[in-house]
Amino acid sequence: MWRVGTVVALHDETSTARTITLEVRDWPGHVAGQHVDVRLTAPDGYSAVRSYSIASAANSERRVQITVERLPNGEVSPYLTQEVIVGDRLELRGPIGGWFVWRSQQTEPVQLVAGGSGIVPLMAMIRSRASAGSTVPFRLLYSVREPGAVFYRDELQALSAEHRSVVVTYAYTRTVPKDWPRPPGRIDAALITDTTWPADFGPACYICGPTPFVETVANLLSACGNDRDKIRTERFGPTGERK
Amino acid sequence: MSSHIAYLDGNAAAGELSRVFAMDVTAAQGKCKHCGAIRRFAEARLYMEGPGVVARCCVCEHVLLRVVSARHGMFLDVRGLTYLRFDMMG
Amino acid sequence: MGIISRGFSGRRTPTDVKLPPGQYLTTDFPVLSAGPTPHVPIEKWEFVIDDGKNVLQRWDWKSFRNLPSETVTVDLHCVTRWSKLGTSWEGVALDTLLADIKTDASYTLVRSYGDYTTNVPLKDILNKQSWIAFRYDGQDLAPEHGGPARLLVPHLYLWKSAKWVRGMTLMHEDKPGFWEGLGYHIYGDPWREQRYSGDR
Repeated sequence: MWRVGTVVALHDETSTARTITLEVRDWPGHVAGQHVDVRLTAPDGYSAVRSYSIASAANSERRVQITVERLPNGEVSPYLTQEVIVGDRLELRGPIGGWFVWRSQQTEPVQLVAGGSGIVPLMAMIRSRASAGSTVPFRLLYSVREPGAVFYRDELQALSAEHRSVVVTYAYTRTVPKDWPRPPGRIDAALITDTTWPADFGPACYICGPTPFVETVANLLSACGNDRDKIRTERFGPTGERK
Repeated sequence: MSSHIAYLDGNAAAGELSRVFAMDVTAAQGKCKHCGAIRRFAEARLYMEGPGVVARCCVCEHVLLRVVSARHGMFLDVRGLTYLRFDMMG
Repeated sequence: MGIISRGFSGRRTPTDVKLPPGQYLTTDFPVLSAGPTPHVPIEKWEFVIDDGKNVLQRWDWKSFRNLPSETVTVDLHCVTRWSKLGTSWEGVALDTLLADIKTDASYTLVRSYGDYTTNVPLKDILNKQSWIAFRYDGQDLAPEHGGPARLLVPHLYLWKSAKWVRGMTLMHEDKPGFWEGLGYHIYGDPWREQRYSGDR
């Protein structure tokens, strides 16, 4: 069942990623972690559908934000990140998903682990926490290639400064900022031990990113003692786009 | 871990399956007919790039369900599942 | 049909390239699969032709590679709409593999490592129309593209060119394979756009 959203705002997060704000007249509301399917249709009737996580907080407004990363050989992402203008209409299906979600009624601490564009649904959780006035402590471990690839940096900075119960750790895999205490590298057991909630705090864990990233991190969190059913995962395509 | 083929997970097929299931399928618990493992559908391994959607058990890799969106209809094969259990929300 | 998205046209093909209906030209080689890549140790690999009851002939890797092979250049047409032209393969023709087998069967079911199957009429397998291919573009066939060996039957949609092939059953009646049993066309001629069952 497809709804129509109108583009009301565009914001570049990085040189290759853009956040699109859509106004959807009959939006039923959503929960943090859910996604939408976006459908584009060409004049000859050919259509392409792609899934994008909702970046905006759970709310009762009629606005939905998605953040799209442009893929080099993509069919849809170049259109969404470079062609779309304010006033364009996009078809959406959703909100979709009932497992990889966080609701403010949940009381246990939350551990978020993001790989690249996997930050998007986790950001919706962080934003939902803020807009609900929740005091549940959150930790985010955010893995990216390089500093320029970080989404929502200013907002994450402000949130972790203002709400000391949202703690953000960056893990850079290729290029680190000047004077960074750790050399570039992937998330490993030591980083998990140093920066994530101890398993006996019983955190609700959410991992999102490319499949190999998610598998590695899930295994690391499990090896630390987190129960399998307290670890929820969402896998994106190897290049970040979920199809 | 297997393969060069990157699989996704049950979340990726949820939009397509919402055309046939009235309730959210990702939170449903599925019992694999082959190995008996019971897991959330969100944890199934999804192979989606080909002619159809194939969901495989994350424990034994056998096919749980398949979906094809053909020209005039959708085909759904759930023979790999003993059941899918949908929890009714209060 | 959905609302038209301003300025969206999908993938484009140069107009001077002739493709089957509904296809677009690709220059890369997409990797599509219904499951994980099987890992087949070469010393365990075999290709078996049977009739559903009896093994008619079997080759291990060594005896298979001792068979005469040929290099062919063919076009590939995938039902997911991409076409890749002028691909180069080396393989053993099914004419060679079936040379010593007498059968009155008319159909084949091709079986792969893993659980994939596909069905092809015997007359489409024979007469220089199909190969068991073990090299692509001058290199050993990579696992993600079906290595150690795959079926190549390029005049039909690419789902019929089963990857990780392990054998073929000769049958008197047509029996749908993995996709044919779930809405795809039993034959699959790209030039008649026979994608789904019911397409003429």
